Amino acid sequence: MENQELTTVETARDLGLLPEEFDRIQEILGRVPNFTELSIFAVMWSEHCSYKNSITWLKTLPKDGPRMLAKAGEENAGLVDLGDGIGCAFKIESHNHPSALEPYQGAATGVGGINRDIFTMGARPIAQMNSLRFGDLSLDKTKWLVKGVVKGISHYGNAFGIPTVGGELFFDECYNINPLVNAFSAGIVKAGETVSATSYGVGNPVYIVGSATGKDGIHGAAFASKDITEDSVNDLPAVQVGDPFQEKLLLEATLEVIKTGAVIGMQDMGAAGIICSNSEMSAKGEHGMIIHLDRVPMRQENMKPYEILLSESQERMLIVVEKGKEALVEAVFDKWDLNCAIIGEVTDTKRLEYYMNGEKVADVPADDLVLGGGAPVYKREYREPAYYAENQKFKIEDVAEPENLVEVAEHLIGHANLASKRWVTDQYDSMIGTSTMTTNRPSDAAVVAVKGTDKAIVLTCDCNSRYVYADPQKGTAIAVAEAARNITCAGGEPVAITNCLNFGNPYIPEVYWQFVGAIKGMGEACTKFETPVTGGNVSFYNQSSDEGPVFPTPTIGMLGVMDEMDNLMTLDFKQPGDLIYLVGESQNDIASSQYLASYHKILAAPAPYFDLEKEYAMHQVVKQLIKHKVIQSAHDVADGGLYIALTEAAMPNRLGFDIESDSSIRKDAFLFGEAQGRVVVTVAPDDQERFVEMMATSETEFSLLGTVNGSGDATVDGELFGNITDIKMVHDNVLHVILGDE
Amino acid sequence: MKFGVVIFPGSNCDEDIIHVLQNVMGQQVVRLWHKDHDLQGAEFIVLPGGFSFGDYLRSGAIARFSPIMQEVIQFAAKGGKVMGICNGFQILTEAGLLPGALLHNRNRKFICRNIYLKAQTPNSLVTRGIDPQRALKIPLAHGEGNYFADADVLKALNDNDQVLFRYCDEAGNITDDSNPNGSLENIAGVTNSGRNVFGFMPHPERAAEALVGNQDGLAIFESILSLANA
Repeated sequence: MENQELTTVETARDLGLLPEEFDRIQEILGRVPNFTELSIFAVMWSEHCSYKNSITWLKTLPKDGPRMLAKAGEENAGLVDLGDGIGCAFKIESHNHPSALEPYQGAATGVGGINRDIFTMGARPIAQMNSLRFGDLSLDKTKWLVKGVVKGISHYGNAFGIPTVGGELFFDECYNINPLVNAFSAGIVKAGETVSATSYGVGNPVYIVGSATGKDGIHGAAFASKDITEDSVNDLPAVQVGDPFQEKLLLEATLEVIKTGAVIGMQDMGAAGIICSNSEMSAKGEHGMIIHLDRVPMRQENMKPYEILLSESQERMLIVVEKGKEALVEAVFDKWDLNCAIIGEVTDTKRLEYYMNGEKVADVPADDLVLGGGAPVYKREYREPAYYAENQKFKIEDVAEPENLVEVAEHLIGHANLASKRWVTDQYDSMIGTSTMTTNRPSDAAVVAVKGTDKAIVLTCDCNSRYVYADPQKGTAIAVAEAARNITCAGGEPVAITNCLNFGNPYIPEVYWQFVGAIKGMGEACTKFETPVTGGNVSFYNQSSDEGPVFPTPTIGMLGVMDEMDNLMTLDFKQPGDLIYLVGESQNDIASSQYLASYHKILAAPAPYFDLEKEYAMHQVVKQLIKHKVIQSAHDVADGGLYIALTEAAMPNRLGFDIESDSSIRKDAFLFGEAQGRVVVTVAPDDQERFVEMMATSETEFSLLGTVNGSGDATVDGELFGNITDIKMVHDNVLHVILGDE
Repeated sequence: MKFGVVIFPGSNCDEDIIHVLQNVMGQQVVRLWHKDHDLQGAEFIVLPGGFSFGDYLRSGAIARFSPIMQEVIQFAAKGGKVMGICNGFQILTEAGLLPGALLHNRNRKFICRNIYLKAQTPNSLVTRGIDPQRALKIPLAHGEGNYFADADVLKALNDNDQVLFRYCDEAGNITDDSNPNGSLENIAGVTNSGRNVFGFMPHPERAAEALVGNQDGLAIFESILSLANA
């Protein structure tokens, strides 16, 4: 390696490494690293790849459960047993920083990346979701970001051909500079047909397949590991470019090549490209590799070794094949007209040795690069921010109750956070695959049939980040509870979660305090709901130099299972005359509600009322009501409170409702408060007795709210709040009015 | 009947139509790979939806050059039945088997939602069995579905009763408001002058089972099969 320039601590700093990390690298190598080697360590030890500032806390999350087939962090995605020999691989991942700079490609490649994580395990993706957060929607920049991100997801996801069945959309000015784009995918695999991200067997060939390698996305992982600043635009080459057509071919070819039985291990090229796949697979298989970088199919000339190693060009896979079975593998990729090149072979050295035109350019131990091996692990200090104590001083009595609650209702119906998401969702193919059961049956969670079985998977993404900001621990427990509530209301059984932890800079103690609180809250709630954490991703540095961190946003992607498809429960009111009940308790609480934030413009408040034990008990009752066919509809009370929940249930069939409020609490809290643990159900008059009997034997509170009417009028205590046709007209078009288009 | 479903690289609704033909309609289906030249004795060829070759140039523009398309064109010339759904319709117009072209949607966005359709002629295999007054609820999913033809072609289509479907509202009224993509005269599908090649943008295969909560698409498949069996 004579021709390789040696590095200094300054170079290390430029690549994002700390001085002590540079020292540690010299210790590991027993010499000064050259630039290629230093680049390797810099990217593998970046926050994005190493989880160095989060892993200590992530390890406290509940990971075990009877259905777990792969433990968190062991494979590219979580894998759970759905029964009858069927496994489900699922994961959520962020693509925030690329989307902030180049929304179309940033979001598109987020979709591509998460799907590759699923099919690299041998699972065929069957459903996707995405969780999006943007800034103030009145800003032109926000509109540009929304349009670009949605178009990017739309084009990539639609062409790839997997339905987008659900997600979230939320606006708050804290996301002005740094939007959040979290993409989720779930796939199905037969037990025993999964592929592991491993490498072993001396002499086995190492293949790179799929797209050619270019200079896009170099240092992408490092880019994702720092704050967004004015100079971030200079990182534009760190944004990758997606090609969904190649991804579709790669999907089909990959699943076909697995069937040949020739595959030892496989991993997609995501963050940190070839070096990440090489090191993680080698470390897991306790072997080494010799790789000839000049044999990698390239789409640009004169690429340097570190560029080839770090490139995050999309739609590529690394496959280790059993020696002697090369022809089987090559035939499949030839059929699909995809690149398929042997770039090296497996060794027993546990080292990664890289050559360029016959000259050795880097030699590093695989294990020292990876999480769980030699990658650094830090315990960060954390400190309760001053705002938290302020939030606790909030009293509902200090907020004057508006005289005109109809006006409040109209404000909320017209708010982008509560509006119909159809401007977005109509751009996503939600029905391809002919398995989406909830397109024509509105439901609290997406239900997707697993073809060839009697089962369906039930999916939801949830996180009210305003609650998490108000109280990270409670707010995150609420996110898990809301996800479980949505799955339950759809007729599913919660199984497991994946998480996407979007936070600010972890070196700021107040930000890290939010992270620690969120992990604690998630752990408590996941333990209670018996939904282990199967993995996910951590995205720190979601903050700009001038506007500070975003709301802490630990997005929960929850998977549920439905063993009998006729258990599917919808949220819409069915018949005039049906009785409307509230399951759970109304509270005199408006804390951190959309109503308090946008109508009163008060942000200093604690998280809303939440009782984990009561919440859990309530879910069990709802499951029984659904199972015994006692109710006609179920819809959880979430953002916007009871009034919004009622209108959402009323709109699909253009029915109205007449309800009475609870005189023991404030009417604004009754209608617009966001106390947790509540579900609106409707009951046919003939089933009332059965319903009351079942509820009375439970410990869950319930109350009669009123009845469904056929006139479409929405009335509260006899006062007309509007007709559902008019309400729906506003609700359906809020985003169209702001973002344009018919 | 023996159906042949062509699979192009980037086709992604191929398995959906195969599922419906095979498992819902009980028909025999063979998969036809785009590089092949053999139609395997299929009596009815289907070009499925998707993004053939990525559709980066113009939807269907590359797929029409696939080896299998030479056979499909010859098959159609001899009166063989060929049907294109969505991307399949786009490929058939690019191949010159159907008149007109599919432009970008009027709103320049991909659109996926349920729309309503009305059959426009009793004189075609795919619409013959459908009540002309019935508004069928069928899913749509495309970025380029805005049907265009020049005035002469349009006149010929109308004069010769070649329009298969038009977009309408829930009550069956053919209005501009119910036109999802800007198609000329709300045209959602057409047939050729020989009445053996059919193309339309909506996806009846996505509305053919109780599982998905919509079975309006069955009317189209039943129409095809009832005539074929007669």
